[in-house]
Amino acid sequence: MDQRLTVHDPRGYPPKVTAKRLAPRKETLEGKLIYLVDCLFDNSDVFMDQMRQWFAEHLPAVRTQIVRPGSLREFTPSKSWADDPEMLAKIRADGDGAILGVGL
Amino acid sequence: MALETAGVPAVAVHAPIFEGVARSVAQMNGMPTTRQAFVPQTIMGRTPVELRAFLERNDPVSKRPLMQEIMEGLTGPLTEEDLKGVSFERTTPRLLEPDTEERLHELFIKNSWTDFLPIVLPTEERVARMLSGTSHPPDEVVGRLRPTSGREYWEFTVEKVAVNAVMAGARPEYLPVILALAASGMSARSSSTTSFATISLVNGPIRKEIGMNCGIGALGPYNHANATIGRAYGLLSQNLQGGSVPGDTYMGSLGNWYAYSATIAENEERSPWEPFHVQHGFKSEDSTVSTFLGGWYTQALFGTRDTWEQKLRHCLTACEPYLAPLLVLDPLAARGLVERGLETKKKLINWCAENARLTAREYWDNPWTQTLIRPLALAGVEPYATHLEAAPDEMLRMFRNQDINVVVTGGETTSAWRMIGASYRGNTISIERWR
Repeated sequence: MDQRLTVHDPRGYPPKVTAKRLAPRKETLEGKLIYLVDCLFDNSDVFMDQMRQWFAEHLPAVRTQIVRPGSLREFTPSKSWADDPEMLAKIRADGDGAILGVGL
Repeated sequence: MALETAGVPAVAVHAPIFEGVARSVAQMNGMPTTRQAFVPQTIMGRTPVELRAFLERNDPVSKRPLMQEIMEGLTGPLTEEDLKGVSFERTTPRLLEPDTEERLHELFIKNSWTDFLPIVLPTEERVARMLSGTSHPPDEVVGRLRPTSGREYWEFTVEKVAVNAVMAGARPEYLPVILALAASGMSARSSSTTSFATISLVNGPIRKEIGMNCGIGALGPYNHANATIGRAYGLLSQNLQGGSVPGDTYMGSLGNWYAYSATIAENEERSPWEPFHVQHGFKSEDSTVSTFLGGWYTQALFGTRDTWEQKLRHCLTACEPYLAPLLVLDPLAARGLVERGLETKKKLINWCAENARLTAREYWDNPWTQTLIRPLALAGVEPYATHLEAAPDEMLRMFRNQDINVVVTGGETTSAWRMIGASYRGNTISIERWR
């Protein structure tokens, strides 16, 4: 019979995952403000502009505003433009919803 | 997800290839029912008309109209699962269940814990021997890593680093270098779609103490320490950060050969210039390791013949404007430049920064200057803000002086250069701290 070996597990230690609930939804978006978040990947600005036009044509009662991260001063792969605190604060202040894109 | 927790309903739109990642990130953030929608294809390079057509088509994942999916994501009633989220604890045991050598090797491959080259199994005896290479206790926390933003950080100890060092075939005397790399906070397995690798550079007396090669074949597979330190850095990154699995924790479209092993040592003794770590505030008797994120491109030059300036300009212009070059020069090439009047690394860097130029049209017609530099320009960061104002035919400097780096290594069999796309972010770590 082959000898059995005891070896170490090579993985690190993951953090505990804590449950988070989704935000309450409104029944209708009529008269509400939806932020269209340009996540800055190539062509996202054009995509979000097309989405803004789609809303204007199909759901004119929904207000939309394109928003981009603008307060970060450097990029690293371990950070995301979408984490921009100033942009998130603006959306939290008066946004009734947000569409983020496009994550490639 | 930050918006949802702040009370703002949100829908994230992705390309379909990112479905697995998007679901996995949502799960690991405790919000598995995060509303996601998917455009039919990647949007890069698409015209406004094509993108508009995407909005009129079905979401390829749900098979329902995309805009309907988005609207219902913002307004639809919440389920019990939406309100509850998900909590769970994961543990990684110190030891695996005992098994035969063959089956353990199969397990490591099946779980994507290797780089698919043979590994050394991390038995208790081997790990204990590896730990003799440092004075630090096995349970000391070294740091934390993650493959990309949006992912959670995983933490790890000295022992966990030693386990991966054993797997890579490293020796105990290399462990302080490997611990310094692990403590750098820079993963060698970034999940960027652009396929970053991380190149590391060792300076100071430890190069000689552990027998690193900075002579003939310095960038190649010709030395035990160079090869296994680089490999250990890759293995520890993937295993200690929670994985580097294509389609989940790795999304580099092409991948990168530098990711197998890319650790070099500077040939300080034969270089006419000051060592890299001394340039960055360390003493020559300090031992350090520095990390460079990149490895997108490699170009070659040889010698400093009459037209060397034109050749160097051609190479610089061919670099990706987002990712400045790391110039790796054989000592013969470095001394050739000294004879041409570039007596210091700084003079060479200044020459490159001055001569690497593109038209504004070419500079900005690039996915990564658009994605990664344009936001800085819009935020007023110089020189990018001024670049954004330039006329299309205006010649722009591609790189700031501080973005270009120079290292001397090699065995003086020919006057060789390499130009490697690699970004230094001030990450030079003392190895002494980990002895």
